[in-house]
Amino acid sequence: MIAAAEPRADARTTRLLVVDPRTAAMADRRIGDLRHLLRPGDLLIVNDAATLPASLHGTTAGGAPIEVRLAGERADGTFTAVLFGAGDWRVRTEDRPLPPPVAAGERIAFAGIDAAVTAVDARSPRLLTLAFETHGPRLWRALYAAGRPVQYSYTRRPLALWDVQTPFAARPWAVEPPSAGLPLTWELLLGLRRRGVEIACVTHAAGLSSTGDAALDARLPLPERYEVPAAAVAAVAAARVRGCAVLAAGTTVVRALESAARRGGGRLVAARGITAQRLRGGDQVLVVDGLLTGMHEVGTSHFDLMEAFAPRELLLRASAFAAELGYQGHEFGDAMLVLAARTATPR
Amino acid sequence: MDLRNKGILITGGSRGLGAALATELGARGARLLLVARGENELRGTAAAVAARGGTAFALAADVADKDAVFQIAGTAAELLGEVDVVVHAAGALGPVPLRLLADTACEDLQRALEVNAVGQFRLTKALVGPMLLRGRGLIVHVTSDASVAAYPLWGAYGASKAAADHLQRIWAAELEGTGVRFLSIDPGEMDTAMHAAAMPEADRSRLLQPADVARTIAAMLGDARLPNGMRIEAAAWRAER
Repeated sequence: MIAAAEPRADARTTRLLVVDPRTAAMADRRIGDLRHLLRPGDLLIVNDAATLPASLHGTTAGGAPIEVRLAGERADGTFTAVLFGAGDWRVRTEDRPLPPPVAAGERIAFAGIDAAVTAVDARSPRLLTLAFETHGPRLWRALYAAGRPVQYSYTRRPLALWDVQTPFAARPWAVEPPSAGLPLTWELLLGLRRRGVEIACVTHAAGLSSTGDAALDARLPLPERYEVPAAAVAAVAAARVRGCAVLAAGTTVVRALESAARRGGGRLVAARGITAQRLRGGDQVLVVDGLLTGMHEVGTSHFDLMEAFAPRELLLRASAFAAELGYQGHEFGDAMLVLAARTATPR
Repeated sequence: MDLRNKGILITGGSRGLGAALATELGARGARLLLVARGENELRGTAAAVAARGGTAFALAADVADKDAVFQIAGTAAELLGEVDVVVHAAGALGPVPLRLLADTACEDLQRALEVNAVGQFRLTKALVGPMLLRGRGLIVHVTSDASVAAYPLWGAYGASKAAADHLQRIWAAELEGTGVRFLSIDPGEMDTAMHAAAMPEADRSRLLQPADVARTIAAMLGDARLPNGMRIEAAAWRAER
């Protein structure tokens, strides 16, 4: 499937492949058709994480130019980060020169702010823990001044932060956009609400999707920060009472909700913390009935997660069908709605 | 609205009405993020809020800078948790002495529009989404009688303020019923540095004190009966009480 190379001028042009695992039916629609695909009483849960400018160029103590991509903030205020060698997003991550080795205790200088390397991962020396020299408003000011959005070589031009924010972005926890939210205009969301669809949110720190290091990529997603607020728990409970479906807008929403449900021993509870929860085919999905997501490639953790909602064979056929129709992949690409058990009845 | 523990973002928070509002809202228990260009002045205001027992963070940023918008919105969300109220008090008067439109540089009109209308629009756009998700929020634009009356010499400022007033009305119309409300509040003529720059000959004893106006506006924030999208003078609201 071809990659969408730049942000859409109009999110409403996003195509939507609807996949029904019970009938193996597929339909080529537009994102706006969610108005007819969701039923009054259904609950759509979005991820309200804003996207940080998580790519920082700097120099090591030895003077070597490097790029650091923040992977997420840790509970103690330090950041997990992945080190890249010289160059930038224009080069494929797997083709980037290796960075010089850095050691715990070393300082990295960025524009206007320094950070200390407080730990280097034993298995992946490019995976670091960074402590910035300041905190609070000064840290946020420095990060936003020094950083740029993380982007990949299939994109055509440098991205601005405006290109990677969802329409409901709040706390800046994500290092890549929670991209299932990008096609959701307020015109669509308010229209859904008027039809009786409920909308709630969780916050999940969407992480890096590629590092160019096969061993490190196999560990993605890294543990990520999440919060499921009491309002989302109440909204899910109310949808259950109504007998209506809970739909997640994005794999990050699934991870947050399923992590909170596992913390509650199978019952969804309000929760915040760090989750290493992964889902794959055969795993029981406790909260989410259907998934609105992007077009994902087989072999990615996103695709693995989709297999918890639909059989691999059907998802592969759906991907092939979408590619044939000219659907585009990656964060600015088209969308897929995987319905599941509770999202029953013909539409 | 009970202002205790409410998250409030104030632009133009370093001086004038913005600073007076910070002091007033901080004393009422709101948690504040103050935004302005001058870091030292801003930190002074934040310290004054803290000295009165309030909580105020200071972020030096230019509201006219498109690249600063998510820095402001992200910092607000991170430090305040939820942003319940936005007060757009930042305003650019333009070069002084004021001049006729026929003598106004095109760039000066652009700058006034950039700060007073476009910059404000961008920040509202970045902050309104989480408010819509929650189904509550209040966005206040500090306007001026120059947005209604055609005062000679006030062209760039007045036109930009009129644009901001109308943006507020349209935001309100589009988002009616969502729980997110919009108000434009005209504070009246105040004894501020901006007023002195615009009208150095004015009799200052006739001007309102920002601290007094801030008390009125703080009370107005809690008046849920004010119609969504309304443009209202602070003095008129107070007279009706």
